[in-house]
Amino acid sequence: MTMTATQQQTPGFLNVAPDNWKLAIAVGLAVSTAAGSLLSASASFWVVGAMVAMVAASFVVYAYRRHYYGGLLVSPAIAVLFVMNIFPLLWSLGLSFYAYQSNQQSIRFVGLANYARLLTDDLKAPELWTNLTNTAMFTVLTVSAQMIVGFLLAIMFAKQFPLRRYLLILVLTPMMLSVVAVGVFFSYYYDPTFGLISQMVKSWNGEQFILFSSKTGAVAGIVLADAWMWSPFVMLLVLAGLVSVPKYLYEAASIDRVGSWRRFWTITFPYIRGLLMLALLFRTIEAFKMADLVILLTKGGNDTMTISYHVIRIANEQNKTSEGAALSYLMLFVVIVLTNLYLYIANRRSRET
Amino acid sequence: MATSTTFWEKLGFRKASGVSEAGWGQTLFAGLISLIYFMPVLLIIITSFKLQTEALAVPPKFFPTTFFGLVPEAYVFTPTLENFTSVFSRAFTTGAAAQSTGFDRFFFNSMFIAGSSVLLALVIGTLAAYGFSRYPLKGNDTYLFIILTTRMLPAIVVIIPIILMFRIVGLSGSYPGIIFLYTAFNLPFTIWMMKSFFDELSPDVEDAARIDGSSELRVFFKICLPQVIAGLAATFVFGLILTWNEFLFALLLTGVDTRTVPVAMNQAVAGGGIGVLWGLLAAIETLFLIPVFLVTFFLQNHLLRGVTFGTVKR
Repeated sequence: MTMTATQQQTPGFLNVAPDNWKLAIAVGLAVSTAAGSLLSASASFWVVGAMVAMVAASFVVYAYRRHYYGGLLVSPAIAVLFVMNIFPLLWSLGLSFYAYQSNQQSIRFVGLANYARLLTDDLKAPELWTNLTNTAMFTVLTVSAQMIVGFLLAIMFAKQFPLRRYLLILVLTPMMLSVVAVGVFFSYYYDPTFGLISQMVKSWNGEQFILFSSKTGAVAGIVLADAWMWSPFVMLLVLAGLVSVPKYLYEAASIDRVGSWRRFWTITFPYIRGLLMLALLFRTIEAFKMADLVILLTKGGNDTMTISYHVIRIANEQNKTSEGAALSYLMLFVVIVLTNLYLYIANRRSRET
Repeated sequence: MATSTTFWEKLGFRKASGVSEAGWGQTLFAGLISLIYFMPVLLIIITSFKLQTEALAVPPKFFPTTFFGLVPEAYVFTPTLENFTSVFSRAFTTGAAAQSTGFDRFFFNSMFIAGSSVLLALVIGTLAAYGFSRYPLKGNDTYLFIILTTRMLPAIVVIIPIILMFRIVGLSGSYPGIIFLYTAFNLPFTIWMMKSFFDELSPDVEDAARIDGSSELRVFFKICLPQVIAGLAATFVFGLILTWNEFLFALLLTGVDTRTVPVAMNQAVAGGGIGVLWGLLAAIETLFLIPVFLVTFFLQNHLLRGVTFGTVKR
């Protein structure tokens, strides 16, 4: 290896050099304080932003000259995520300890009272509990449907046939639709009088078919729409894995007369495992947050409320911001535990093989 | 493998690399399944050519012509382009003069906001993924997990602090605000996805290049990046599709000038109080589908080429 740069000395504090981050921080702090006290809020925001950029640039040069590539490559992403995601997350975590309603000015510190109320009174009430079981049911049903359909579609498209490109893009289109359109048009297909599905059933047995008349029907309708929309996502990930399997492995297997079942598990599966896991992980997280299709299709009627829709109702429609935040942190806790468990199992499996 | 040109290649169909060929039965089956899968989208497209009365007709009218008398008259509708023109300008009350709906602006907004934020996320996220994959930090997995955590909370919880934050710094209703927000929204998936692609690459080639005196930048741009082009394309398409259709953030954080199509579509659905205008909504969705459909179509080759660059697999 040619490590041309030897361990460089940290430049002296007053030495104006591009990698002198200590001086950059000092100047940045001084200018920011001055701007904060002299200029208006929005103008000083941009000055502070420029100073932050300067400090960041000095860190970049500093890290690059000393070969700290890891931190250097990761820091822009961390910075964006911090400002736009982690900071608001912490803010709303803070809000969950207050009694705050977004339509009122008053704000009062209540400590853990929001959580205590959720865990004692509200959990005893059947409503929240059914929302929770509904969410679990939707997650299991939609994700397993997506994984199975997506996997089968990927196997189908892993072969070459005429018009493959064109048929593949047709299968991908559901994913590209806006969820508003999917929700509204599936309610159009499910409509008891002019909906296609009802008309088909009616021409078959002559009775008017109302899909959303029972819980089973309502759940089936929502799961069908969601699985239809997102199976292509799983398919694309699995397909990317399937076509990346080197062909010579299959040729070697056919020379050795390996059965197709064993060929799948020993050759194909290791190539798609990572992507399959990724698809499962992201779809589970999304399914846990499911609300939009429920809102559009049943509005939570017929016992199809999910926990995420419940949060939207509390936080947005009833303006109980803090309570909504507290509930979603409890939800986040559950998801984190489940995800950690999943990642632990996935990592252990991949280490075994 | 087979050196002789196959039947399909004679017909001009290019054969994908590393993919075996399907027989007639499988081909027919795949075609049938794809068409069934596409049916709900096709019905939306058909509806976009129908007037409101025909959209609600019983029995449903599927066909634009009778196909020389093959289809009974009851299932045939008269195709019209009225829905497409009324996407851009229509009379909001009966008898009034046609007004511009501003949808040309909304389409531009959607393209600009989604395109720039996904590209930004792709650049930042790929760098980060390379960093996480090749130069693991202390507590690498913890960082990755925290990044994933940011996608776990329902958006409604994060949105209130973001609204307050944007209002204070004057980013509310502006392009940079929503673009940066969407960049952050896309980053977790981009990082995780690109990391899984970088992890698949063999480090042997890179080490060989380093021994030959390549700089780290050269290793990244000339060796690693070309091998993950398929991953970049796939991530770009996923990011574009998710951002293109994002609704909640757009509803609460875009102003009149920066409104995106999903928000405007939702208003068009609810507007008027005379029930959903099916033809109009279908026309908006059909137009809205075209750009993202074309992007996916043109990136498809990359999407499926996979990582078959003849490198040694780990």
